[in-house]
Amino acid sequence: MLDYMRSNRREVIAGVVLVALLSAYLGTHPRGASTYVMTIWANQCLILGLAACAQFFAVVVRGIDLSVGAVMALTNCVASYVLEGSAVGMAFGMVAVVAAGALCGLLNGLIIVYGRIQPIVVTLATASIFVGIALLLRPTPGGAVNYDLADAMTLDVLGIPTALVITAVAIFGFWLPFRRTGLGLGLYALGSSEQAAFQSGINTRFIRLAAFTLAGVFGGLAGLFYSFVTTTGDAGISAGFTLNSIAAVVLGGVLLRGGVGSLIGALAGAFILKTIASLMFFSGIPSLAQPLFEGLILAAAIAIGGADVLRARNKLEVYA
Amino acid sequence: MSNSSTPLLEMRDISMHFGATKALDGVDFICNAGEVHAVLGENGAGKSTLMKLIAGVLQPTHGQLRVDGSDVFLNAPQAALRHGLVCMFQELSLVPDLTVRENLLLGAPAAGIGWLRGQGLDKAQDVLGRIGGAQIKMAARVADLTLPQRQQVEIAKAIMKKPRLLILDEATSALSASVVEKVFDLVREERDSGTAILFISHRFHEIEALADRVSVFRNGQRVETFMKGDHDYAAIINMMVGQKIEELFPEKPPPRQDAEAVLEVRNYTWEGQVKDVSLTVRRGQIVGLGGLDGQGQGAFLMGLVGLLRKADGTTAIAGQPTRIGSPKQAKHQDIALAYIPEDRKTEGLILDQSIQENLELAALGRSDLDAGDAALYAGALEQLALKHGGLELPVSSLSGGNQQKVVLAKWLALKPRCLLLADPTRGIDVKTKTQIYAILRQLADQGTAILLLSTDYEELIQLCDETHVFFDGAVVASLSGDDLTPQNIIAATLNVSPEPQAAHA
Amino acid sequence: MLRSISIDSLMPYFGVVLLVFAGSAFFPQILSADYLTQQLQIAAFLGLLATGATIVILLGHIDLSVPWVLTGSAILSTSLVGTGNPTLTFLAVPAALAFGALIGVINGIGVAILRIPSMVWTLAVNSMLLGLAVLNTGGFNPKGESSPLMNAMASGDLLGLPISFLIWIAISVGLAAFLTRTPFGRYLRSIGFNEKATFLSGVSTPSVVFAAFAIAGMCSALGGVMLAGYANQAYQSMGDPFLLPTIAAVVIGGTSILGGRGGLFGTIGGALFITLLTSILSVMQIDDAWRNIIFGVIILVMLLFQTLRKGAVA
Repeated sequence: MLDYMRSNRREVIAGVVLVALLSAYLGTHPRGASTYVMTIWANQCLILGLAACAQFFAVVVRGIDLSVGAVMALTNCVASYVLEGSAVGMAFGMVAVVAAGALCGLLNGLIIVYGRIQPIVVTLATASIFVGIALLLRPTPGGAVNYDLADAMTLDVLGIPTALVITAVAIFGFWLPFRRTGLGLGLYALGSSEQAAFQSGINTRFIRLAAFTLAGVFGGLAGLFYSFVTTTGDAGISAGFTLNSIAAVVLGGVLLRGGVGSLIGALAGAFILKTIASLMFFSGIPSLAQPLFEGLILAAAIAIGGADVLRARNKLEVYA
Repeated sequence: MSNSSTPLLEMRDISMHFGATKALDGVDFICNAGEVHAVLGENGAGKSTLMKLIAGVLQPTHGQLRVDGSDVFLNAPQAALRHGLVCMFQELSLVPDLTVRENLLLGAPAAGIGWLRGQGLDKAQDVLGRIGGAQIKMAARVADLTLPQRQQVEIAKAIMKKPRLLILDEATSALSASVVEKVFDLVREERDSGTAILFISHRFHEIEALADRVSVFRNGQRVETFMKGDHDYAAIINMMVGQKIEELFPEKPPPRQDAEAVLEVRNYTWEGQVKDVSLTVRRGQIVGLGGLDGQGQGAFLMGLVGLLRKADGTTAIAGQPTRIGSPKQAKHQDIALAYIPEDRKTEGLILDQSIQENLELAALGRSDLDAGDAALYAGALEQLALKHGGLELPVSSLSGGNQQKVVLAKWLALKPRCLLLADPTRGIDVKTKTQIYAILRQLADQGTAILLLSTDYEELIQLCDETHVFFDGAVVASLSGDDLTPQNIIAATLNVSPEPQAAHA
Repeated sequence: MLRSISIDSLMPYFGVVLLVFAGSAFFPQILSADYLTQQLQIAAFLGLLATGATIVILLGHIDLSVPWVLTGSAILSTSLVGTGNPTLTFLAVPAALAFGALIGVINGIGVAILRIPSMVWTLAVNSMLLGLAVLNTGGFNPKGESSPLMNAMASGDLLGLPISFLIWIAISVGLAAFLTRTPFGRYLRSIGFNEKATFLSGVSTPSVVFAAFAIAGMCSALGGVMLAGYANQAYQSMGDPFLLPTIAAVVIGGTSILGGRGGLFGTIGGALFITLLTSILSVMQIDDAWRNIIFGVIILVMLLFQTLRKGAVA
């Protein structure tokens, strides 16, 4: 256990911060730790959480994905057409939504790998394309999502918010097993040292393609869950999510230089960011000062993370 | 030793060009199963390129590789692995942010992208135990391991792939003698079970201990292949260098212990990595810093140009106590130190910029110099005989040796009163080495004080007036005059007292 | 300046010519002097932002604080003018520029001293500025107005050319000269390629980073002042739509997002190209959706062209 904490210091810190923030939130909330309060909180957290997961897969291979918000907008608009009708139809509909996300990610990956263009620039351009397609689907917000399905996904299971159950599934059902596959390790190898990964006989092109496709899958999941929460399709949602997803992964201990961090950290970072926002709302800080406090906390958290370099005794170390 | 009719690996008329540089030029090479084949040559002779071709990291510009008598095209390391060609790289192929276990899993033969079952992990752990790495934790991050530990993991990773041909490229350079012996036992065992071993090392006694057959490379060509014992040490050196050692170095003038001191360092200490080092470099002196890699001599040089924080000790330049906090201060005309860093590609040069721009970069910040003035660089460039197709071409288009000449010319333009060099001839061809030796000698004759860190003890002997040997952060021996012998340097390097013995030639 | 003209940096100019002629086939009024000078005027806003962004991108960094430096300086300048006090009105533009420089230095501290990736740190600075703006204005559009000077900078004409365009070009030419004739420009590119080697060559790399971000901040601030002059007011989030087109303009102009390579000449073309493309798509009354798609595809095609051309040479 101690070994685990030492080697996953960043995730542990993020987890501790999250628990502290959540206790403060539930303590200050006028209605206390009720299922209702927890459900609203968890839903908001999970939307950004899934977006952060998408960003994580791009960042871990030393990339960045500026199209996360756009993929969410596109899949949200797709969802507003296909999540009505029979149970089987809706099941296919959900698959279609995630598949749409995966396609977006695959397109990013193909251009990055075979066009040899930097991920930041590629995803900047494809984001515009994805938003355009979303606008074709929904020029104005509209459409609907089956209420029973939406309720099932956004309320609670035996008093536990469904969003937390989904989070647990993402961690225990997907991430922990995935981490033990060749692909899972390959992502880290590629992000940590492309040279070493290549020399170890890893197919770096395939791994990078897979990473961006996975980013698309999670962008699609984020769009899907967003649809459950809002029950409409809106092509204009992309703006905030992309930049917040970057902030979230950084808060969660994922290094932008690649190869370090985990999906758990990305989720924790997103939950922290959203909890801070919720905490502000009930904290008694004047509402006009809240955005400033959010910004200050974000900057302080990041600056503390950066303060490590002030301890470097060899000035060349910081240029790595 | 088996001598089957079809060699395991055959290379025919292989050439490898990097831009204008010919790393390999029409090489034929054969490697048989069940023998240890040592490959010798100076840095830059083409050994590492040869290995990278076999490992599928590079593809030859021209020529054909054959495995078991049939043509193969190795377009990626995966392809080489499929033929059982496994390389333990000199530049480590471990992923720093992953654990030992994960690195071994990644390298396992059937890793793929699916579920990793850990095939071969037992074997790897067994190998680690046998080569003295039993204490290495499987859960430890590779970045937290020491260099020797990483080499041990690399060896285990290579062996667990069940190679048919195993390349050991400076595989044991950081390992202690007792561990090296264990590795050799393992290698002999692999050989006896039919594996072909390609063994690259700079240490003659290791070749002596392990090799069955030896090939010597020079300037991208295979000079000769012979059975171990067919030639003596001196003959092999001649083959490697193409000329006698004495001809490489300029004549050493008599020592001048009375010249004025340019650089005086007293009690320099930093972070437990440099311990209480004191030394003096005088006008016209070349002072050497020796020792195995990472014994503090590199850090000490960095400290002199202000790269280390919180160091103790005093520095005086030309008698004036001086504190140097950054390379910018160090190059100021009142101090005029120049530091040639060890890694020219990442520290000495900006590879994407032109030769001209690289030359100017250091002089730009000096108010007393006009960096655009070609005369600043002309002297050094001419004397070093820089071969280039135009100063406006990117510096990356030059060969390694010519790149190093650019680094030197860039700093000599500042007319430094004291020149600090971190292993300036590592990985450089013999001809360039001679040119660098000559210019260093000439600079010294003109009054420059030179502090030369080197891993090549011939340089420390032939070029330096005095050599300080580092061990574990401290200077354990300061040798000059008749004491400056290979035996004394090697003994000091290992921090043992020298034993009288015949020169191993 | 001439040395920095490569085929990459000429590409957006070819694009501009192509756009004008292809567009005029459908809409002849595109060739009118009125339309074209109006494009020059509007391109200046994006162009100023992209000029600052080029400096930072040459350094190998990125500045995501552009939107709220722009909005903040617009709010600051219009508020000063709104007081009606002549001294404060006079100080509106210098104060906004000082504000931009200050934020640039704060960006530089995070990047050069704390070594935080610029993408993250400038993003955090951006959200702090947003917070400050909300706190100051109550989340409503700020009271205040632009001064006649600001109006003239944004909408005035001189010798038949828009003043905004002349300001933009003058600043670009001035900065380009600064980059080619002083060590600063060399240091900037060297750091963009290899910061460690530049530091070891005896360059005070943190000062260069500070200066670059300060210049970028001032460019964003000037863009904000002129945009406020154009709209006669400042408004919340007025900078948000500019961030991504700014980066796109720089990259299309042939400046490598990895740093070191590129220059201001290409950025001018990039800003012109993107402004013209946006305008023509809207003149053609193509709906928003297709505008986004075409915009993205054209940027991708131009980038692919750049890399494929290099692939052919290598």
